[in-house]
Amino acid sequence: MNRLQQLFNRKAGNILNIYVTAGYPGLHDTESVVLSLAEAGVDIIELGIPYSDPLADGETIQASSQQALANGMGLSLLFKQVARIRLKSQIPIVLMGYFNQMLQYGIPAFIQHCETSGVDGLIIPDLPIEIYQRDYAHLFGASTLSLSFLITPQTPEARIRKMDEASNGFIYMVSVNATTGTETKVSTEYFERIKGMGLKNPRLIGFGIKDSAGYNQACSYADGAIIGSAFIKFIASEGIGKVKDFVGGIRGLE
Amino acid sequence: MQGSVKYTYPADGFYGPFGGAFIPELLQPCVEELRSQYLSIMAEPSFLHQFEALLKDYVGRPTPLYYAHRLSKHYQSHIYLKREDLCHTGAHKVNNTIGQILVAQRLGKQRIIAETGAGQHGVATATVCALMGLECIVYMGEKDIVRQAPNVQRMKMLGAEVRPASSGSKTLKDATNEAIRDWINNPSDTHYIIGSVVGPHPYPDMVSRFQSVISQEILWQLKEKTGNENPTRIIACVGGGSNAAGAYFHYLERESVELISVEAGGMGVHSGKTAATSQIGTQGVIHGSMTLLMQTKDGQIVEPHSISAGLDYPGIGPMHAHLIQSKRAKVVAIEDDHAVKAAFLMAKLEGIIPALESSHALAALDELELKPNDINVINLSGRGDKDLNTFMNHTRHE
Repeated sequence: MNRLQQLFNRKAGNILNIYVTAGYPGLHDTESVVLSLAEAGVDIIELGIPYSDPLADGETIQASSQQALANGMGLSLLFKQVARIRLKSQIPIVLMGYFNQMLQYGIPAFIQHCETSGVDGLIIPDLPIEIYQRDYAHLFGASTLSLSFLITPQTPEARIRKMDEASNGFIYMVSVNATTGTETKVSTEYFERIKGMGLKNPRLIGFGIKDSAGYNQACSYADGAIIGSAFIKFIASEGIGKVKDFVGGIRGLE
Repeated sequence: MQGSVKYTYPADGFYGPFGGAFIPELLQPCVEELRSQYLSIMAEPSFLHQFEALLKDYVGRPTPLYYAHRLSKHYQSHIYLKREDLCHTGAHKVNNTIGQILVAQRLGKQRIIAETGAGQHGVATATVCALMGLECIVYMGEKDIVRQAPNVQRMKMLGAEVRPASSGSKTLKDATNEAIRDWINNPSDTHYIIGSVVGPHPYPDMVSRFQSVISQEILWQLKEKTGNENPTRIIACVGGGSNAAGAYFHYLERESVELISVEAGGMGVHSGKTAATSQIGTQGVIHGSMTLLMQTKDGQIVEPHSISAGLDYPGIGPMHAHLIQSKRAKVVAIEDDHAVKAAFLMAKLEGIIPALESSHALAALDELELKPNDINVINLSGRGDKDLNTFMNHTRHE
């Protein structure tokens, strides 16, 4: 059982997953940002692998990816950074990255280096469930890594069930049908509907959550929330020294 | 219809190992709506009637298949030019935008988005949106907006809004990313008109089918002129590859007909400033499709270079990746200078100023072993008015 699965066994509800782009704002800031988040009581770290063409991401995360790439960030360095974090923290780490990078690294090598460095799970937004099952499930399925799929308010029920079946991490509920960081009104009908499906995987809600109100709303319908763009914006303006303040602001008094 | 064909249609969205729909879940509703309906819409009698009527009366089809006497004499081989440059808006792009706007109408969409590099596809999209009275937003890289100012003006005059793509390298690939993001954020009322045989399935197949009118005409026009439907070879330039897909389509399974795909060599295939995707590219995913693309070993997409904005794309349509890898099509790379020379030769010998893109196909005549009895069909995909500045600046520097 990986650290992510252990977390879900131990804790139900109020799970806070914070996204940060690896190698941002400085090339070697990954470690200190992750450790600060862990100390501040965050439950899961989602580390973004910076990519030149991040289709599902809005402006904020795109800009952070560009900066990380300009800093010289790459997968080999990322695995070294994760391995260093593992000397100090056992917080569950999920990598979020676009499929082409993994393909170029070589899927078997990528999986192996995730495992040896201490990665627990993967989110691959542009690898759809059909292609995953047809061509790649045998590779990822044989690993210790938990794969999580994204669903949206438009995803049909049968497809959600297929993803739930194929996943052993969490269901990433995209709150609105929009790129990351977009502020649109969420549909609580959708949250209720998915809650009522009795999925085997925990559900985390993400995209557009930026404050404690959004976090609390997500936690009332699902097992927790994922915050990305709002955190990137925070460290862009406040630096990486005040990470605890951000987390405190989100969690408030639980 | 799809039975034993090897190259023409994708199976489950794949041409061999290439193609598919590698798209975020957010985009699934849009793409799935199109995928589940495009073939039945395109088979409706009312659709076919409207499409054919517009191609005839609005675009000006059939375009001539012209025997280029002086060029043939120069090369000592028979050369026919498929005159897509005579289409309304000056290039083959409009064949596809007419088809897609009719699909969009039948899907009940009121808002059209498109990406453009040189501006040709943007103009062709703005044109059909004006024709049908639909809202039109064209994404264009910030750098391209500066480089291609006249086409920006044309789009605006046609009523389109041109939105600068300021992310990444600020060129065509980023305009495509921005258009995809727009579609993610506006799934219900918007149709995305992709301009080439790229992107997630079903785009490569749908765009190929709309452009296949080119090879359908070549079949009977060549028969009329030579007594034989089959030429020795068909030569076409390939950026994403829509004009080549159209010129090849009905010949794909006729393996005696050579297919010559001409890529932009830029300053040289190994100069680091090139768009010769199939030669220096490797297999990977770009814009939702598995294909050949120019990338770093880490899988970051590399910015290409070509003197021709229409060939300046780091990927290639999955059909072409398959044709090239299975050796059905042969690739020739033509460098910037050579393409310009070919344009001047054509202008002087035939009184036709070709687009820079098409000039690459013309230049390939120098690279092939042409026999006197060969029948060469070159797809003259566009006219060169838009490139006059480039032609003039280039000669001034020589």
